[in-house]
Amino acid sequence: MQRFVMAIDQGTTSTRCIVFDQNARLVAVAQREHRQYHPRPGWVEQDAVEIWRNVDRIVPQALRQAGITAEQVVAMGITNQRETFVLWDRHTGVPIGRAIVWEDIRTEDLVAELGKKPGIEEVRDRCGLPLATYFSAPSLRWMLDNVAGLRAKAERGDVLFGTMDTWLIWNLTGGVNGGLHVTDVTNASRTMLMNLSTRQWDPMLLEFFGVPSVILPEIRPSTEISGVTTRVVPGISITAALGDQHAALFGQTCFEKGSIKGTYGTGGFLLMNTGDELVRSKHGLLTTIGYQIGGEPAYALEGSIAVAGSLVQWFRDNLGLIHSAPEIETLARTVKDNGGCYIVPAFSGLFAPHWLSQARGLVVGLTSYINKGHLARAVLEATGWQTREVVDAMNADLGAPTPVLKVDGGMTADHLLMQFIADVLDIPVQRPLVAETVSLGAAYAAGLAAGYWPDLEGLRRNWHLAARWNPVMDAQHRENEYANWKRAVELTFAWARSSPST
Amino acid sequence: MLRLLARGSGHHGLTEIADSLGLARGTAHGILRTLQRVEFVEQDQTTGRYRLGAALLHLGTSYLDANELRSRSINWADTLAARSGQEVRIGMHHDGAVLVVHHVFRPDDSVQTLGIGAMLPLHATALGKVLLAYDPDLSAAARRRELTSLTRRTITRTQMLERVLTEVRGQGWAGEAEEYMPGEASIAAPIRIPGGLVIGAIGISGAADRLCDSAGRPRATLVRQVVQAAESVTTSLVDEN
Repeated sequence: MQRFVMAIDQGTTSTRCIVFDQNARLVAVAQREHRQYHPRPGWVEQDAVEIWRNVDRIVPQALRQAGITAEQVVAMGITNQRETFVLWDRHTGVPIGRAIVWEDIRTEDLVAELGKKPGIEEVRDRCGLPLATYFSAPSLRWMLDNVAGLRAKAERGDVLFGTMDTWLIWNLTGGVNGGLHVTDVTNASRTMLMNLSTRQWDPMLLEFFGVPSVILPEIRPSTEISGVTTRVVPGISITAALGDQHAALFGQTCFEKGSIKGTYGTGGFLLMNTGDELVRSKHGLLTTIGYQIGGEPAYALEGSIAVAGSLVQWFRDNLGLIHSAPEIETLARTVKDNGGCYIVPAFSGLFAPHWLSQARGLVVGLTSYINKGHLARAVLEATGWQTREVVDAMNADLGAPTPVLKVDGGMTADHLLMQFIADVLDIPVQRPLVAETVSLGAAYAAGLAAGYWPDLEGLRRNWHLAARWNPVMDAQHRENEYANWKRAVELTFAWARSSPST
Repeated sequence: MLRLLARGSGHHGLTEIADSLGLARGTAHGILRTLQRVEFVEQDQTTGRYRLGAALLHLGTSYLDANELRSRSINWADTLAARSGQEVRIGMHHDGAVLVVHHVFRPDDSVQTLGIGAMLPLHATALGKVLLAYDPDLSAAARRRELTSLTRRTITRTQMLERVLTEVRGQGWAGEAEEYMPGEASIAAPIRIPGGLVIGAIGISGAADRLCDSAGRPRATLVRQVVQAAESVTTSLVDEN
């Protein structure tokens, strides 16, 4: 009887169930989107019950598509959009309000207020994250403050908190009938409530954010979830859980200290494995847990680029200069260089490594010579230079240059962009054969826990190179261009300072 | 019918169209369905009326953007490489040659060079034969030119090439063994846009003894995988267009 591993990828816009075979080949995919709610400007919510119902549909669907039974699934791994969380009633399983999504910025004022509280430096030291709206703790605090009667109910122990991994595992393992209330260490590392050194909920952080510990799940290593489904399709072992970017790091088999993966979609997410070393960034990066297999965690540095593919979408939808996103490359190839034009897409401030929320985007270097081809180049180059800034920060923090960048995500289809990233980093860029690195990472962790794959080396053998871009750019040209980019970024700071109303 | 829709309000119901053109309703409906499938006509979801479709605007340049094709086909090309164990290329016609718009390495982790942007000869590769077979102008132009000999097996006689292209159209795929490079073979199948026009080809290439059986014929399992990949890409172009 052939056996398989299943991954559930609970993403921001949809939930997918993917079945892999032992060679890490994709056997079946089932997917359902869920609704996004925007009840007020800046608020982003999702219905946790809708997401649970979607899981209920896609798991049997994926089994049917693969033509296999539940007995053939040796393990299930769960990966999920990070930071998004839901609160629910322990006794009925009914959510209290909707899930608050990582994109939600309702806590802007609260975050500014908390930022002035004594102990804020200590917070960053303990959890590795700067205070920002998209981590779970500020939104959780907001719920406790703004939902009538919630705090009292929570303190009585009638309420459970969970990121999406926790919500799904609790439901899959029985819900009100003995469902497991657990989370994995990578998801917990995105709440601002976990201490990176102890990898447990930190009393000082709970105190700082005013969160009662009784609502929190037990934190476990990524591969020690140890649940069995009793609902949807009963009898499947849930053996692993990981946040989506952490799963991508794992799926890309970035197991060595210093290896980096970059996922290029709407935004760009770069994670560097720093091994057993908990690196506190001096260059504007976040410290997080890469994954934890058994006793010791692999720490990671993370740098996020807020606007990558979404700049191409903006170019398509707001400027109308192209009909489809891939055409950006065609347009960019109508010219040989950027013509001196640079676009800094600080649409909602700059993320890593600058962290300047007031910064706004700009286009500089315009002359009568510039045409839409140059603008298209500048759009793609913006993602390249932002990658360079993050990788420079990672190398500086770790004290050693990374030899290669492993990439995944939709934008890896852009040949010009991938070549440009290789050129500006001056290292090779590699794309693996399996594009679904997030799901694959969850499947790998689950299969490893269940003994389906023997060890990390076994997983590494499944990684195959689909494409490799080698740097060809002249060193002097690269440094000149990078200097221009940095000047352009500095101008966005100046603009932020001169317009306090934004 | 297109002229009628191009005139005046540009929005007409089925009965109006049939009556204006003196056609039976069933006949008009059949024609409209065909035009809709190739996106020359669109039907308004709420009113049910018909109007001219977006594809008409691009009639003169009825090709698919090369980067768009790569983006749409990338997962299928990866799947083909994983299943066949061979390197995969997607080609489109450009300037009397095959332009490689996408390339996936052979998944054996050997050192390989990314070949996107390379030009391959039409008459000596499986990708090229597919493009020639389904483009009468292109094959006519090829007939007028001298067919360069690249190996001792390259087809250099136009009559022979004609016979091979007829065969390609008959079977729906093309093969080639040692016609481009000694020891190498390739298999390819057509990628079509809605309406059936072939705009590119997807194929595998590798060692001739791996791709072909002892009689020198392309292995049936590999041919099936290539044809399936081409059909999947074609379907994805219908879905998303």
